[in-house]
Amino acid sequence: MSETWTIKCLINEKPVEREVSVRLTLADFLRHEVGLTGTHLGCEHGVCGACTVLLDGRSARSCLTLAVQVDGMNVTTVEGLGDKTRLSPLQQAFMDEHGLQCGFCTPGMLTTLTELLANNPDPSESEVRLAISGNICRCTGYENIVKATMTAVRYIRDGMPESSEVVD
Amino acid sequence: MPSSWIGMKVKRVEDPALLTGEGQYIDDISRPGMLHAVAVRSPYAHARILGIDKSAALELPGVVAVVTHDDLPEQMKGQSIPMMVPHPVITADKRPQILCRDEVCFVGDLVAMVLAEDRYVAEDAVALVDVDYEELDCASWVKDAAEAGAPSAHADLATNIAANIDLEYGEIDHAFATASHVITEEIFQHRGSAHSMETRGCISEYDDATGQTRIWVTSQSPHQFKGAFADMMDLVDQDVHVIVPPDVGGGFGPKAVMWPEQFVIPACALIAGRPVKWIEDRREHFMCAYQERDQHWSGELALDAQGKILGLRARLIHDTGAYVPWGVVVPWITCTTVPGPYVIPAYEMRCEVVFTNKVPVTPVRGAGRPQAATFMERMLDIGADRVGIGRDEIRRRNFVQPEQMPYEVGLVFRDGKPVVYDSGDYPQCQAMVLEQANFAEFGQRQRQARSEGRYIGIGTASYIEATGLGPFEGVSVHVQRNGKVIVHTGAAPQGQGHQTMLAQVVADSLGCSFKDITVKVSDTTTIQRGVGTFASRITPNAAPSAHLASNTVREKILKIAAHLLETSVEDLEVEDSRVSVKGVPEHGKTFRDIATFAGAMPGFAVPAGLDAVLEDTVYFAPERATYANGAHCVEVEVDAETGHVSIIKYSTAHDCGTIINPLSVNAQVMGGVAHGIGNALFEWMRYDDHAQPVTMNFGEYLLPTAPEVPNVDQSHMQSPTPLNPLGAKGAGEGGTIPAIAAIVSAIESALEPFGVCIRTVPVTPDALLDLIDAGRQNAGRPDV
Amino acid sequence: MKPPPFSYHRPASLDEAFALLGSLENAKVLAGGQSLMPMMNYRYVMPDHVVDLNHCPGLSGVGVEDQTLIIGAMTRQCDLAANDLVARHAPLLVDALHWVGHVQTRNRGTIGGSLSHLDPAAELPAVIAAYDATVTVGNETALRDVSIHEWAAGYMMPAIDENEIAISINIPLSVELDGHAHSFFEIARRHGDFAQAGAGVVLQTVDDRVTDLRIALAGVDIAPVRLRQAEEFAIGKSLTEDVIDEIALFAKAVPGIADVHADESYRQRLAVVVVRRALTQAAGPGP
Repeated sequence: MSETWTIKCLINEKPVEREVSVRLTLADFLRHEVGLTGTHLGCEHGVCGACTVLLDGRSARSCLTLAVQVDGMNVTTVEGLGDKTRLSPLQQAFMDEHGLQCGFCTPGMLTTLTELLANNPDPSESEVRLAISGNICRCTGYENIVKATMTAVRYIRDGMPESSEVVD
Repeated sequence: MPSSWIGMKVKRVEDPALLTGEGQYIDDISRPGMLHAVAVRSPYAHARILGIDKSAALELPGVVAVVTHDDLPEQMKGQSIPMMVPHPVITADKRPQILCRDEVCFVGDLVAMVLAEDRYVAEDAVALVDVDYEELDCASWVKDAAEAGAPSAHADLATNIAANIDLEYGEIDHAFATASHVITEEIFQHRGSAHSMETRGCISEYDDATGQTRIWVTSQSPHQFKGAFADMMDLVDQDVHVIVPPDVGGGFGPKAVMWPEQFVIPACALIAGRPVKWIEDRREHFMCAYQERDQHWSGELALDAQGKILGLRARLIHDTGAYVPWGVVVPWITCTTVPGPYVIPAYEMRCEVVFTNKVPVTPVRGAGRPQAATFMERMLDIGADRVGIGRDEIRRRNFVQPEQMPYEVGLVFRDGKPVVYDSGDYPQCQAMVLEQANFAEFGQRQRQARSEGRYIGIGTASYIEATGLGPFEGVSVHVQRNGKVIVHTGAAPQGQGHQTMLAQVVADSLGCSFKDITVKVSDTTTIQRGVGTFASRITPNAAPSAHLASNTVREKILKIAAHLLETSVEDLEVEDSRVSVKGVPEHGKTFRDIATFAGAMPGFAVPAGLDAVLEDTVYFAPERATYANGAHCVEVEVDAETGHVSIIKYSTAHDCGTIINPLSVNAQVMGGVAHGIGNALFEWMRYDDHAQPVTMNFGEYLLPTAPEVPNVDQSHMQSPTPLNPLGAKGAGEGGTIPAIAAIVSAIESALEPFGVCIRTVPVTPDALLDLIDAGRQNAGRPDV
Repeated sequence: MKPPPFSYHRPASLDEAFALLGSLENAKVLAGGQSLMPMMNYRYVMPDHVVDLNHCPGLSGVGVEDQTLIIGAMTRQCDLAANDLVARHAPLLVDALHWVGHVQTRNRGTIGGSLSHLDPAAELPAVIAAYDATVTVGNETALRDVSIHEWAAGYMMPAIDENEIAISINIPLSVELDGHAHSFFEIARRHGDFAQAGAGVVLQTVDDRVTDLRIALAGVDIAPVRLRQAEEFAIGKSLTEDVIDEIALFAKAVPGIADVHADESYRQRLAVVVVRRALTQAAGPGP
């Protein structure tokens, strides 16, 4: 492919050491070399936000980052936020408020909002909207994403409710 | 557990995987030895191909093949994608070629596929494929292209007319002769692209052992594609296995229609003898994923002195792009949707479907209806102003009344059936939305705002939507030996939540436990036939199938249970995957017991009259489309210095008959509204005079983002349709249909002091500022 | 949309970076990557070498030396927005950052990157122009300071040689500007989009009279523009509504640029509006 470089990083808390092509984007590295396909590519020019991951806790476009650049960094993808049997409060709130439809933008929304809630545990609705202004969703009209984030604030503060199949 | 799952806000079974990165989309699939395909596309809007030199590309390490027309299997040579929706009005049937041989007809037309070991290398090689083109004159602007003598979009066509759609009923001349007011208007509408967040993609492999071609594709209609592919390649159905990945990242139209790439990729796999993957990138999506585009309207509305409609006459020039891959479905829907929820005694529609050298036009969420609604509602707004009555009032005076149902309009819809509104209460829907929006007190709010130098306005629009188009959508329900229920359907979802919706129906009708149900979608080996997810048709088609199939399986279960419990079917009840004797709950059998018994022991006979397999498949086929309806009301503020519009409040009233999952229906409306906001204010796929696309990224083509989209205040009516046993209508597109009309009307209301009349959508800030300027000058009041 | 092939270089010191840029042909500097990477993904830019400055020490951070606020070129936008020194001495930068891109791009994007990319509609170069800053650039042989007013050599073309690297942005501090009022206002199609027109205002008044005013426009002309005549006109005046209107009208003379979203005249009209609004805000009764 072209020249390579060896990188060491933490991905979802697990150490990873790989030789990567220097032009490989972080998104392609995560998806096709590490097998973490939860990070999605929607535009590959840094506008849609589907590929957002956290680099040392800060959100970043993985389509605009080269894999070689995360050498020494701590990378968090959607897979690192929770799993099916133990959803994070934000993930649970997305489910409870129907904050997703096709799910393609969702990983980027979740990583972006995870950063927001870490920095601002009590955001206003308009702060939430600004935080996700760099994440495009074509399905939901954003309303339920915003609602889910406000609900997640509650879950984080007061604990998560008993799970149920139906919304009251 | 709820007593009925239908109507409950059930959380989606789809979500846990999608929330944790475990969804499986097309690009998440990898096959051993898989090659990556990247397309070579025409850089010209119209050109002749003189030759293709692949040698430099083939020399690049990692490149395996460059597939051009001449390399295609014999069956595909010279072929275009098949016409799935032929229509006698089509006079020039030009469809996208599988690979262009001699002529390219839009920027993005498919010329070759580079196959390489690696996607990056394949992209490098594309630049090395040397295609020798001779540029030809092109048709760029549809209005010009419709003129006689215009440059032709296809070298072998004398004119650019693909079809003429002429529809009429009633005494149109009489209507205009007796009118008190005649409104004459010209309106230009541009409607943008679909832009699902996941682009399109296709993976194919040829299985030597079975002779089967396997194709994974982001299709909204896998079974149709299977049939089309088998027919083209002269194969039997069993030779083709089409799978839609478990997750598809949005569709909104273009994934429903067939495209050359889904034929080329299997051919590439055959040629290379290895699996091949093609993932469209966003640049390609701009360049060649089917779009909706330009419509030029001129119309006349005849009104009596009270503002009652006497007749409507319209001429429409519809840009269909370079081809008609989905026939004339979009313009036909437009032409038959114009009357909307109103009584129009006489109607005449003359539509020219015109080729240009641009991306082909096929349905995008709303499918020609938003344009129809925008035209009709504009005419009514202007008509109301002329007659001197409220814009809400003119609608009230013209609504089809509930007692007129079923109401026959006098047109034939795109399903070949007469347009008949089956149910609904249009005046009531409008009343609901006006109430929610506090329309009555808007005048006060507006006066207050004006006193603060702010320009706010309100607009309302009503609409109908033909949903649930046939012919059918099948569902098979099977209670497995372990008592769990597996449901199969060909209805490929792209985020709508089909699995949850169908599970709700099955849980109710079968009486099983909700969590015991698994719904599998869109694998052509699991159910024989399927049509597809488009035209807001899955709930009204597949839900009744699920209901009817579940009923049959339930009957089978009851019969076996009656046999085992030594009682009669009438004495039994079913709950939570268990059958028991009424009043004696402890005396019962689980579905597992019953399925195990029915499965019997090898060599033993099943008792007479009982079924061994607890399964049924139903392909419910509705008689015709069922009509959903609704009304929107929107309040906006316009910055009169900059032309920027912000939405203050958005209200909807919506009637899709029986609601199966209110969460989903609400969400469909919200998403539809957001799409409509994009169409009204932001989204414009622009081309230059040479038909070169100029908005090729998300910084130039603007999708609405969270700060621009308001919350939507919703209310729902439920007027069940008599056309299916659940009374359900479609809900997927209604949110989009009236949004443009309502927003445009609100902008005009805000700018009423300037006398602004909007005749072009989308409404961009610079254009709006020009209208405000003109208004200031006309009013002779530069200080307004 | 994958980047074309290139060789990757990761200098561990500024000298190493200088040496690389001095010797490599067709090299591009990778800072935050928020402009370079999309252009590479679209293959509008196809460098043979990418020199990654992210591991080069001494290029990021904010400090005050010799009455100058010195901002390392590799300082990320998000860090600028949260920096106390910036908030105290160059608060207009913080105002403007509110309008710059989105959280994900601010987390990676650098101030030097914005300056080097020099998109006509970028907010940060305009702010830097308002503060009469200089940019220190350097190569193997020398460092030099370039006035921000001479920074633009053309459309999206900074006055910097191919072998040079932007090192820092230097904002002169003066007692006279202490506690100045400031405001950035812009009109964009959507939140976070590049400005169709944006105005940054730095304002100092004594006894309600203007003693210093700087107005910089973004997104109107091909590069940031200072409204010198308007600034001079304002000196000694009290900023009444009428005076602000008069000041704003000077913006009309700036030639507008056209793009897919709007033509020249629209931008010229917006320029007046954003100047008026930014100035009104700055002159207003406080934040």
